[in-house]
Amino acid sequence: MTFVIKDCALISMATGLRAGNLSEFKATLALAPLECVYHHFWGALLHTQFDDPEFKNDFAVWVYRELRDDVLAEMLAVLDPADYADLGDLRSDIIELIEQRLEQKEWLAWVPAVRPFYFLRSQIVVFDTGKRADSVEELAELMPELSAGSVFYHVIDARRRSPVGCDDFSAWLVGLGEEYAPLCHSLAEIDPYFGSLTDLRWQLVEAFRTFLEGRGRA
Amino acid sequence: MTGLLERYAEVAGSDAVMQLRQLAEPLQGMKVVHVNSTKVGGGVAEILSQLIPLLRELGLDAEWHVIEGSPAFFVCTKKFHNSLQGAPDLPFEEELQIYERVNAENAERLAPVLKEAEVVFIDDPQPAAMIRYFPQRKGKWIWRCHIDASHPDRRVWKYLRQFLKDYDASIFSLPDFARMLPHPQYVIPPAIDPFSGKNCELSEEFIQGVVKDFNLDPSCPLLVQISRFDRFKDPLGVIKAFRLAKSFFPSAQLVLAGGGATDDPEGGTVLAEVHAAALGDPAIHVLELPSDAHRIVNALQRVAWIVLQKSLREGFGLTVTEALWKGKPVIGGNAGGIRLQVINHHTGFLVSSPEGAAMRIRYLLQRPENARRMGEKGRRYVRENFLMTRLARDHLTLMLALLHRETERIDTTQWKS
Repeated sequence: MTFVIKDCALISMATGLRAGNLSEFKATLALAPLECVYHHFWGALLHTQFDDPEFKNDFAVWVYRELRDDVLAEMLAVLDPADYADLGDLRSDIIELIEQRLEQKEWLAWVPAVRPFYFLRSQIVVFDTGKRADSVEELAELMPELSAGSVFYHVIDARRRSPVGCDDFSAWLVGLGEEYAPLCHSLAEIDPYFGSLTDLRWQLVEAFRTFLEGRGRA
Repeated sequence: MTGLLERYAEVAGSDAVMQLRQLAEPLQGMKVVHVNSTKVGGGVAEILSQLIPLLRELGLDAEWHVIEGSPAFFVCTKKFHNSLQGAPDLPFEEELQIYERVNAENAERLAPVLKEAEVVFIDDPQPAAMIRYFPQRKGKWIWRCHIDASHPDRRVWKYLRQFLKDYDASIFSLPDFARMLPHPQYVIPPAIDPFSGKNCELSEEFIQGVVKDFNLDPSCPLLVQISRFDRFKDPLGVIKAFRLAKSFFPSAQLVLAGGGATDDPEGGTVLAEVHAAALGDPAIHVLELPSDAHRIVNALQRVAWIVLQKSLREGFGLTVTEALWKGKPVIGGNAGGIRLQVINHHTGFLVSSPEGAAMRIRYLLQRPENARRMGEKGRRYVRENFLMTRLARDHLTLMLALLHRETERIDTTQWKS
C-alpha cells in the first residue's frame, strides 16, 4: 500500500454573524454553523505564528483581548477540541462555560467588546504533493520535509474524515499489519492541539524514528 | 510558456506553483472576466494587471475590462466609497440615475464578453449594478469588495445591496467587512506581485538617481508614506506625527508620495491641503507622481528607514505589503487590512493617533536593530501570505467551489482520478 502525501490550505469564509458582547456571542454561537467551531479552534494552526500564542483558540483570544476577561479566556483556552468526537458537544461545553462565568459576573454579558467577534468557517482545498511512500522507512524519511499544510491534512483534517477519528498515518499503518501497533500507539499519544504544526511534525518524526530504531535493535 | 510560473516558483516556492497547476487543471480554457473602473492607479488596477497574466499562464482564458464613466459618475461612486467607509456622503437622486445609466451603457458595451464568460469578477461598487442587465446570465458572477465596509452608511449599503444580492458569491479582504448577503462570502486578502515594477529588485544606480532627483539625503532618517492623496490616508496626520518626531531627530525627512487614480475626483483638493500643511518645511517632500511611476515608488520604499501608512480607514493597504516585502518596518493606522499585516512588535506598530505614530517613529529610529529584525519578519510574513500565488490559489479555489457547488472540501486529488 502506498501512502500518498497530500497538502492543504484553508480558505476563510464569512458567515455575516458577529458578536459585540458576551451575551451576543453566546446567542450567536448557539446558532452558528458547527463549521465555525472547527474553524475557530483548528484554523489558526495554519496561520503564520510570530510567537507561542498564549491562547490557542480564537474564542479564548477574543475574550482575553477584546473583553479583557482573563478568567473566561483561561476557561476556554483549556478546552481541547481533540477530546471531542462531536463538535456539537464542544459547542455545548463552550456555552456552559460562558454561563458559568456569567453566574459569577452577570454584568460581563453586556460589556462591549473592543472589537466584535466575526464568526468564520472555512473551505479546505486539498493538493497532491507528488510524494509517495511505499514503506514506513520511506515515510519516516519524508516526514521532516512535510509542509504545515500536509501535517494539518494528515493529522487534523484526517480526524474529521476518518470514521474512527484517527490520523491518516495510523490508518495506513493498521493496514500494514500488527507489527506497527506500537507506532500507532505512539502516534495516538501525540496531542495535536497543544503546539504548532511544526512542533507536531517533529513529534511525528520522533515517533517514527524511535519506532524504527527500536525495531532495528530488536 | 513565458516562464512566469517558474519565476514565481523561485520566490514563493515550487509547492505553491504546483498547487496552482492542480487547481487550474479542470479550468483549462475557461473564460474568466474581471471588470473594474480604472486601468491605472490604485491597488485594484495593480492587482488585476498582475493576476490576469498569471491566470492566463495557468491556461485560463482570463480578460480584464474597464468600465467607462463620466466625471459625474465617478463623483457618485466616490460618494459610495466614502459612505461605505463610514463617512456618510449620500449621492443625490440624479447621481444615482447617472450611476445606473453608466452601468447600463457599460453592460451593453461589454455584453458580448460578459454573456460568454463562465466566471465574472466585478470589482468594487462602480460596475456592481451591471449584473441587473444580465438576468439570463449563465456564468457565475462574483463581487469583489476592496473597501473597508465595516461601518457602511446604511442607506448607501441598502441601495447597493439590491444589486449585490444577485451575485453568486462575494469576496471581502477581511471578515470585518463582510455583510449579510444571501450567498457565500469569501475572505481573501489581496496580494502583491514580487516581479512588478513596484516590487522588483532595482539597481543601486537607479535608487540613487531617485534619491538625487528628489533631493533626499540617504544618510538621514527618511520616513515615507506612499498613497493617494485621500483624507482616509490621513496625510495631514502624518505631517503632524513627523513634526512631533522631528524634534528628537532634527535631520529626519518625510516623503509623502502619491499618484492619482482616474476614479478619484477628490485627490486634487486633498493634495492642495497637504501642500498647504507642508509649506515652508524643506524636510517634507510632497511628490505628485504619475500613476505609472512604479519603479520610483519602489525606490522610495527601498530607501525609507520606516514606512508609514497611517490610514484612518483602509481596505487592505497594498503599500504596507510592498514595504514589508522590502524588509521595512511599518507604522500603520489601526484600521482595516493594515491590522492583518502590521503585527505589533513583530512587523511594525499599529497606531491610532499622530502622537502614537510619532512615539513609534522615535522608537524605531532609536533602535535600528529592532527595526531591521521587524523588516526581516515582515518579508517572511508576506512571502507566506500575501504574494500573488496565494491570491490566484484562492480565486481558483473559489471558482472551483462555485462551479462544482462544493461547500466545504475542494479535493483536487479526487478530481484527477
